[in-house]
Amino acid sequence: MNLPNSVTEIIHGLENGTFSSRELTKAYLNRIDNLDPKINSFITVCHDQALQDAENADRRRATGTANKLTGVPYGNKDIFCTKGIRTTCGSKMLDTFISPYDATIVERLSSQGMVMLGKTNMDEFAMGSSNETSFYGRVNNPWNIDCVPGGSSGGSAAAVSAGFAPVATGSDTGGSIRQPAAFCGISGLKPTYGRVSRYGMIAFASSLDQAGPMGRSVEDLAHMLEPMAGYDPRDSTSSIVTTEDYSRDLEHTLEGKRIGLPKEYFATSLDYQIESVIEAAIKEFEQLGADVVEISIPTTPLSIPAYYVISSAECSSNLSRYDGVRYGHRCELPSNINDMYDRTRGEGFGEEVKRRLLTGTYVLSSGYYDAYYRKAQQIRRLIKNDFSKAFKHVDAVVSPTTPTTAFEAGKHLNSPVNMYLGDCFTVASNLAGLPALSIPVGFADGMPVGLQLVSSYFKESTLLTFGHMFQKATDWHLHFSQDNLKEAQ
Amino acid sequence: MPITIKEVREIAQLARIAIDDKDIPSYEDQLNKILTLVDEMKAAETEGIIPLAHPLEESQKLRDDQVSEKNQRESYQSIAPITESGLYLVPQVIE
Repeated sequence: MNLPNSVTEIIHGLENGTFSSRELTKAYLNRIDNLDPKINSFITVCHDQALQDAENADRRRATGTANKLTGVPYGNKDIFCTKGIRTTCGSKMLDTFISPYDATIVERLSSQGMVMLGKTNMDEFAMGSSNETSFYGRVNNPWNIDCVPGGSSGGSAAAVSAGFAPVATGSDTGGSIRQPAAFCGISGLKPTYGRVSRYGMIAFASSLDQAGPMGRSVEDLAHMLEPMAGYDPRDSTSSIVTTEDYSRDLEHTLEGKRIGLPKEYFATSLDYQIESVIEAAIKEFEQLGADVVEISIPTTPLSIPAYYVISSAECSSNLSRYDGVRYGHRCELPSNINDMYDRTRGEGFGEEVKRRLLTGTYVLSSGYYDAYYRKAQQIRRLIKNDFSKAFKHVDAVVSPTTPTTAFEAGKHLNSPVNMYLGDCFTVASNLAGLPALSIPVGFADGMPVGLQLVSSYFKESTLLTFGHMFQKATDWHLHFSQDNLKEAQ
Repeated sequence: MPITIKEVREIAQLARIAIDDKDIPSYEDQLNKILTLVDEMKAAETEGIIPLAHPLEESQKLRDDQVSEKNQRESYQSIAPITESGLYLVPQVIE
């Protein structure tokens, strides 16, 4: 069968009986089996479980107990715990880890009757912007397999882009949904901190981590966000603010909406091709009725340093749980308990993870805490204040998602700081806890360019409306890298 | 002030990560580059600013003090490296 191009199309196809979930699931699994060896976007493919879930979904539909998303396949980032199915977080440390429980979002998506095709590749413990730090090998960008897909949700982004899954889950601590979405030419949403439960999502930096949907169109993101969002008593930081009917509220005029362009973001030495693509997209928003105003986010240059202090500090604390005692890797024949801890962690973690654990341990150590951690938290408040001021005047803050398009594999592997600088447009919304969306808006040298929109707390609907109205008027989200792959066959 | 080789060893010990001696200089080099980046924070005027630990600043929700989880010891221990009689086994701690 020909694979559908959107979740909306799948919903209609399943409702009208054009195809069954089993047929659809089988078609995606075949495509993964045939073409993913070129991309490496999946760590685990769940052939049997997926087909069984698809058959159950078809039965639900036959008995009239189906929901909107019953039978819709998805890819699941390997950071979300799945009962009985290996969850590795891209690390040797968890190579054999089989979670005894499901993450809340996995539970919610499966209670909708969605079909998990498999667990997608990612940077180890979500630390990375290129998907090159995975223990399971790098992921290739379907637009150009010599380039990275971005990270850390690089497997999810590449899988959606390559047509291996219509939608996928992602997690975003400093841009890990939006940056790979931009690099792979798809749409991705990082919701407000606390909008989606973190229960069962393996922790990296707990005050920044947030799960969200990745898909080709904003409409598909809205479908997927509905079951993902909402209060979860098992995550004490999940919010009780009520959720919205995200797909119902997509169609709304942009007349009178205000877009803010932070002058600091455009003052940097932005690639001229990216700049012109972004300018054209902004003109499109103007044609749709939005007013564009210049704003200022003076703390912009401080975001990256503050982010790398806070995220490293939090991960050095969170990852202390990997001690070789209760689950995960344990070294062979430890001579004493300290030898067990040291070698277990030395062997189980990859280089980038170790680098961040050392950075985090250093900035939290006695004598340095005030200069680094406390200072970064003070800057964090200044960043939040900057955005709060901006949202008094505008509905969304717009920028490129990334300063470059997808770069060649290996380019930044030996210079982590250069890799970190690529997060300059994305980390501020994690520090402030704001929702942010990336949508494809064009190409530079044949590689996709993403545009980022950030809005105020719990205004996911505003972002989705901006994105959807843009996609109704343009066709950038309908350029598929899967067509490239077909030619390469 | 840059981090020294000696400090890298101390931090690795605090973080409980065994690092080969041959790899220490490369960690020293990269940590110093990361700290140079981080030192850009010094330019910010933060006198009197209250640190922000968490973006939402909501207070912790309270719930009734009731048992909410069932005992799953066997399932949890089935994925442990070594257990015996319901206990996690580790190398001897007290001589």
